[in-house]
Amino acid sequence: MPLIEILRIALSSIGVNKLRSALTMLGITIGVFSVIGVMTTVTALRSSIETGLSFLGTNMFQFGKYPVMGGGSNRREIEMRRDITLEQATRFKQLMEGTADVVCLKVFDGGGQAVYNGRKTTPDVTLAGTNEYFINANQFSIELGRNLQPEDIELGRPVIVIGQDIIKKLFPSENPLGKTIKMKGRTYVVVGTFADKGSSFGQSQDNIAMIPITRFFGDFGAARRTVNIATEAPSHLLYNETMDKGLTAMRIVRGLKPEDDNDFEVYSNESLLGAFAKVADYITAGSFVISGIALLAAGVGIMNIMLVSVTERTKEIGIRKSIGARKHSILTQFLIEAVTISLAGGVLGIVLGVIVGDVVAMLMKASAVFPWDWAVLGLLVCSGIGIGFGFYPAWKAASLDPIEALRYE
Amino acid sequence: MIPPPPPAAHVPRTVRPPGPLVIDIEDVTKLYRMGAEIVHALRGVALKVHRNEYMAIMGPSGSGKSTLMNMLGCLDTPTSGHYHFNGKDVSSMSDDELASIRNREIGFVFQTFNLLPRSTSLHNVELPLIYAGLPPAARRARAREALENVGLGDRMLHKPNELSGGQRQRVAVARALVNHPSILLADEPTGNLDSKTGEEIMQLFDQLYEQGNTIIVVTHEEDIARHARRAIRLHDGLIESDRMTGN
Repeated sequence: MPLIEILRIALSSIGVNKLRSALTMLGITIGVFSVIGVMTTVTALRSSIETGLSFLGTNMFQFGKYPVMGGGSNRREIEMRRDITLEQATRFKQLMEGTADVVCLKVFDGGGQAVYNGRKTTPDVTLAGTNEYFINANQFSIELGRNLQPEDIELGRPVIVIGQDIIKKLFPSENPLGKTIKMKGRTYVVVGTFADKGSSFGQSQDNIAMIPITRFFGDFGAARRTVNIATEAPSHLLYNETMDKGLTAMRIVRGLKPEDDNDFEVYSNESLLGAFAKVADYITAGSFVISGIALLAAGVGIMNIMLVSVTERTKEIGIRKSIGARKHSILTQFLIEAVTISLAGGVLGIVLGVIVGDVVAMLMKASAVFPWDWAVLGLLVCSGIGIGFGFYPAWKAASLDPIEALRYE
Repeated sequence: MIPPPPPAAHVPRTVRPPGPLVIDIEDVTKLYRMGAEIVHALRGVALKVHRNEYMAIMGPSGSGKSTLMNMLGCLDTPTSGHYHFNGKDVSSMSDDELASIRNREIGFVFQTFNLLPRSTSLHNVELPLIYAGLPPAARRARAREALENVGLGDRMLHKPNELSGGQRQRVAVARALVNHPSILLADEPTGNLDSKTGEEIMQLFDQLYEQGNTIIVVTHEEDIARHARRAIRLHDGLIESDRMTGN
């Protein structure tokens, strides 16, 4: 008996119990959705990162007290490290002169509120204390006015460069340049504005302002502050050499003896990528476990519904057998039914997963992808589930005694 | 109350000369285990049926006639004894070989019609041809022809619940004959029909016999059995009598 006929029979009997089939499908959909959704996002982020979206600027590396992700087992040790002081950071910058000119020092405070002429922002502005290289290190650009200048830092001038979110709130119809605003209770003159940057990882990057780092320490104190130092190598060729020199300079300013370990963290695009990959692996593993459990439950659901279906259709099976259906025709009919339910659920799960995964990825500024490998794997797994859990019911149907089956009411 | 049917008109009946041997049963027994009890449904039955016969199997319930009919229809195999169908030993066949015999050599008509409820008449009649592996165009043509032959040319796309009992049984007859089987095996074909419709179905059977079909009808009604040319009576798993009927 040709497969196409069996397929037609199987499909028409699924159509008879639309709601029941749909509910059974849903289990598979959920299982496939979770893993495909996560894998789409991860794949999109990974490919965007690999093809140019970098955490740091090109050829940059950064020193800081804290590692990117938590700190793991030696958290306490990291807490015990000395902060990187402004003096140490300034010294580092001096040591690096001639090797790398672009050295950005930066500290951040969250929860700032900017006030101008009675208008206020919400108290969630990120205030950076930094130097003229902030725009290089964090990939901002200046729209109006000017960047911070070396003299601003040297003299600790009360000047500020503000982001678009702040401009929208405080200067809806005015030119902000030259205006005096209050930020975290201190007074600054607006000398420039950042160009719109949009959001990254779901967070606005325009709700930010920067002031000279010297002014920042003067206004807000040095207690429990540690400076991050981003250094740009002059070229890609000199990246490793610059990094080596940077490490030496950093060890000098930290006063480390040759036998001491680094008491600071080094971030590079590679190390950040590695950290991302590690997190991505955990998320992937988690989604696999969840999907596995969901698919197992869905498989049991399929087996259950197929057993019900076999019982309900005992008479039909008897009729088919009495007019000459062979065992394998009946077996295939019910197997195809199970596989179809499973595959339909899988396809729906893949479609939803890819859509949701890509929406999430796009919110994180990554471009959409279609993870073919995962989709194909998903379909294979769904077929496997259909066959695996559909086999027993199908075998039961195929093994029915035709006389008993015909007598069944 | 349904008025009793008029006495069957005794038109001159043709008796076609017997053809080659189709069914050859020798000393067949069938045992069932029902719990701890063993039921002897057939206790040694011998029966020969030739092509062109029109035979009735009669007997009270529990006489073994259903068992015999299941065995003749290759739905079941004997516990002991031999059953040759068209010269082939059926007693030792596998399930799939039996399915193939049922598909090609036997046409079933059941008391409860046993049509697929969600399929059209045409699809129901096509079904044996689907399992026989015929290409769609050929089987559709043959299914149409079979339906026209039972007078249902205008009911092909109706589903069983849109047909009367008599029409349903005609669809079942068309399905039974669509594969040109060696025998047509009918189990109480009028049992679920009123007597007028039942008589119409029996006239259809007579007609089919005239057209050259071999027919075995299982029934407990004398009126039905009277249509056949030969009647065997079963009692307690044994053939009690085997004689020609009618004129």
